[in-house]
Amino acid sequence: MSARDNIFRKLRAASTTTLPAPDAAISAHYASLPRTAKDQLAQEFAEKITAWHAEVHAVPRGAWLDKLKEVLAAKGIATLLYAPATAHGQALEAAGIAGLKPYDRPIDEWKQELFENVDAAITGTRGAIAETGTMIVWPDATEPRLMSLVPPIHIALVDADAVVPTLYDAITQQKWTAGGNTLPTNALLVTGPSKTADIQQTLAYGAHGPKELVVLLLTGEAQ
Amino acid sequence: MSNNTTHTLQFVPGTEFKRRAAEVVANPFLRKSFRGAMDFLMMKRAAQFPDPELLERQRDLAEHIRRYSLSKLPQLLEQLEANLTRNGVTVHWAETPDEANAIILDICRRHDTKLMVKGKSMVSEEVELNHAMHAAGIDALESDMGEYIVQLADEKPSHIIMPAIHKTKQQIAELFAAKVPGVSYTEDVDALIQIGRDVLRKKFMEAEVGLSGVNFAVAETGTLCLVENEGNGRMCTTVPNVHIAITGIEKVVEKLEHVVPLYGLLTRSATGQAITTYFNVITGPRREGEKDGPKEMHLVLVDNGRTQAFADEQLRQTLQCIRCGACMNHCPVYTRIGGHAYGTTYPGPIGKIVSPHMMGLAATHVLPGASTLCGACGEVCPVKIPIPDLLIRLREEATHDAKPGHAPLVGQGAGKTAFASFAFKGFAFLYSRPALYRLFTWTATRFRFLTPAKQAGWTDTRTPLTPAAKSLRDLLAERQNRR
Amino acid sequence: MERDYSAVRRPDDVYFFATCLVDLFCPEAGMDAIQLLEREGIRVHFPEDQTCCGQPAYTSGYADEARAVAKVQLGLFPNDWPVIVPSGSCGGMIRHHYPKLFAGDAALKAKADALSERVFELTEFFVKVLKVNWKGSGATKKVALHTSCSARREMGTHLHARELLGQLGNVELLNHSHESECCGFGGTFAVRQPDISAAMAGDKADALKETGAEQFLSADGGCLMNIDGTLAKRRDSFRGQHLASFLWHNTERQGEKA
Repeated sequence: MSARDNIFRKLRAASTTTLPAPDAAISAHYASLPRTAKDQLAQEFAEKITAWHAEVHAVPRGAWLDKLKEVLAAKGIATLLYAPATAHGQALEAAGIAGLKPYDRPIDEWKQELFENVDAAITGTRGAIAETGTMIVWPDATEPRLMSLVPPIHIALVDADAVVPTLYDAITQQKWTAGGNTLPTNALLVTGPSKTADIQQTLAYGAHGPKELVVLLLTGEAQ
Repeated sequence: MSNNTTHTLQFVPGTEFKRRAAEVVANPFLRKSFRGAMDFLMMKRAAQFPDPELLERQRDLAEHIRRYSLSKLPQLLEQLEANLTRNGVTVHWAETPDEANAIILDICRRHDTKLMVKGKSMVSEEVELNHAMHAAGIDALESDMGEYIVQLADEKPSHIIMPAIHKTKQQIAELFAAKVPGVSYTEDVDALIQIGRDVLRKKFMEAEVGLSGVNFAVAETGTLCLVENEGNGRMCTTVPNVHIAITGIEKVVEKLEHVVPLYGLLTRSATGQAITTYFNVITGPRREGEKDGPKEMHLVLVDNGRTQAFADEQLRQTLQCIRCGACMNHCPVYTRIGGHAYGTTYPGPIGKIVSPHMMGLAATHVLPGASTLCGACGEVCPVKIPIPDLLIRLREEATHDAKPGHAPLVGQGAGKTAFASFAFKGFAFLYSRPALYRLFTWTATRFRFLTPAKQAGWTDTRTPLTPAAKSLRDLLAERQNRR
Repeated sequence: MERDYSAVRRPDDVYFFATCLVDLFCPEAGMDAIQLLEREGIRVHFPEDQTCCGQPAYTSGYADEARAVAKVQLGLFPNDWPVIVPSGSCGGMIRHHYPKLFAGDAALKAKADALSERVFELTEFFVKVLKVNWKGSGATKKVALHTSCSARREMGTHLHARELLGQLGNVELLNHSHESECCGFGGTFAVRQPDISAAMAGDKADALKETGAEQFLSADGGCLMNIDGTLAKRRDSFRGQHLASFLWHNTERQGEKA
């Protein structure tokens, strides 16, 4: 008998009756909570993530590149990692931002460089969550996982129209798991820069991941 | 092999527990430091739950989800395995710590690696993975800051969420100065964290294998969810070529939606945070065309006594736990003695009810007894585990043979003593015979001068318990006569 | 957990279940509780055959022994009167744990369920059923209050005791730090883990004393003996008193029957 067989044998030997599924109760619970008005969601998200130590700049959709240039200059960012196959990546290229570094080959070929010679990375997001001030980061082949983790500064673009009230809304409205498996290899919720309170409950930022998180909150009419 | 569910490497008999507890209790510095830390955590949690009725609804919901998941555990595990396999994850099963370690060692050997970076995993502590890896010549390096500190000091975590909560920044400053090459003494917390960051970033880059725990495993999608603030968990699961996750078989839930209420309560109950910095949702290794992520991924599902708890409907509730640690933060005993005195991987109230299944009652029977049953743990438990009831149940199992029709627990009856059996038989004899009881109180009051001045542990710090000169029934009889 | 009192009417008669600790170690508290009830015009019946609720055996894992003792108590209250217990801990045992203890025997379970419904902790009964409105007598007093864990978590005593003391007008209730924390008694725990228990009892005694109160009050004999015994061993003059005694001695007695 394998370990697997033994474990299943023991589990099946126990008397269990399947209880009613909690789905309806979960949905009813979230429906019962007070809801932030739709036009307040982006504001709530911005306030909450600011409280989590992120730097938030609300900018009109057409002007984010200008704000980005300000941020890069203010922070002295010389190398900016970006995903060249994304729409924002192409906009960056077109704007002629200095120090752009494309994430265009497997990590295995340039791991040390990523860890040691990149000042910041810019990524898109799949939206955000107002209740907790959380960004939904959705890495894929074009915009890989490590961009939001390794460089000391993470700059994220968040569409103000894509802010939902709760994580439950995000999963259900954006249909993360509906119709089979649509989850990416590594979906992420990111709420502020990396932090720890492991030394005497004293909060310190930049434990292992980014020390700074800059959110460019894109507002106003799409162009 | 199937009966070998105990793992006694860290066997701590009852006398040892008492000795260690007494040591901490007698140390005013440690007492003050634990009290301060627990007060801080209790305050942070309370601030997250201003509305008691809402909290009660949330706890009911979380309990429902956990109980539902356990009610179809075998099906969910099969579903999880099938979906993980479809996602390219290799699933392994281990009944014992030794089996778990052997599986992981085998993977490491296939990759010919000498270095494994580890994210926080209590199950890896439970199976003593670091010890096993070290014995095989593999450096298993903890990367959670608290775990890193504890490992550097050659200690064990004293809390499941805050492993180094027993250490002050001065002690950590000394530790870093002594153990990390090229580091001089600093008490600046930011500087200390930066030291850890610099050391560990190099290791993330070098390591071939990364190991992590799992907070929730989602059966429907074959997904592993990890909760963390630091980003070391993401490093371990993303940078190395191989990611091995290890977790207990009870961690599975059916759907991602079911995780949401649990996650919300986990972080709020644990550290009083509405959410953690990262919620890492992993659904398989690097796919074709992706530029990063592990090329190979494994999940080791560990039993280690969980099936024993599962077998009994009441004890099964132990497995509802989502490892938030709120029970220890609110426990007056944990606050007095800290985590190390318990001698178990999981300290505090949850440790008292889960460790007997992992290590057997022979090694742990004193722990369920080391509680006043004050109920603070059950009151704050986000998944409503009736911890005091389970403590009473384990006290019963520790002092009695298995009931007819019930399989004995490992170490069943190990805490049985002739004295206690005799005392409680005497108690029952006396207190179930009213006439005899009246005679007893009559005698105890009339002969109160014979009350011993030394009464076991009671009189070490208290004056003796002495019966009143007249019992209540005496007083009532006198009043009756006066009327 | 909130108990529904809407169907509970003011009775003419009640049973008094003194508990073994009150009977033997603090009988005057039992007497004062009875007198308080009688002052409200209620006939108090004391079943002679009462002994102990069985809690020491139950919480130690000796369910059979606890059942043997509890079974005797189950038979003591034939009339449908409320059963008043001057201890949250023992009241909680009968109210919440008797039904579990007798789950295996339908007839006894039914009895335990019925008893559970009419068991009241003393202060709970005054506040929720008798809805008393008392006035304090004598000089202004500063007191601190410790409620046992089971009284607090199983019976809501911390709220009821507060309400009663609040009615008096001449009693200033001073809050101590870590009010909801256990005093370390825990029945046999105090003997099995004396070091931890002593640390808890010592901290509780300190916290109560630090309020600057003249005395502290508790509605549970076990906690009272634990904390008082600790203070006495230290030769400290600060002491506790059973809440029933304090209420009897510090309330106006106009309502008292001659």
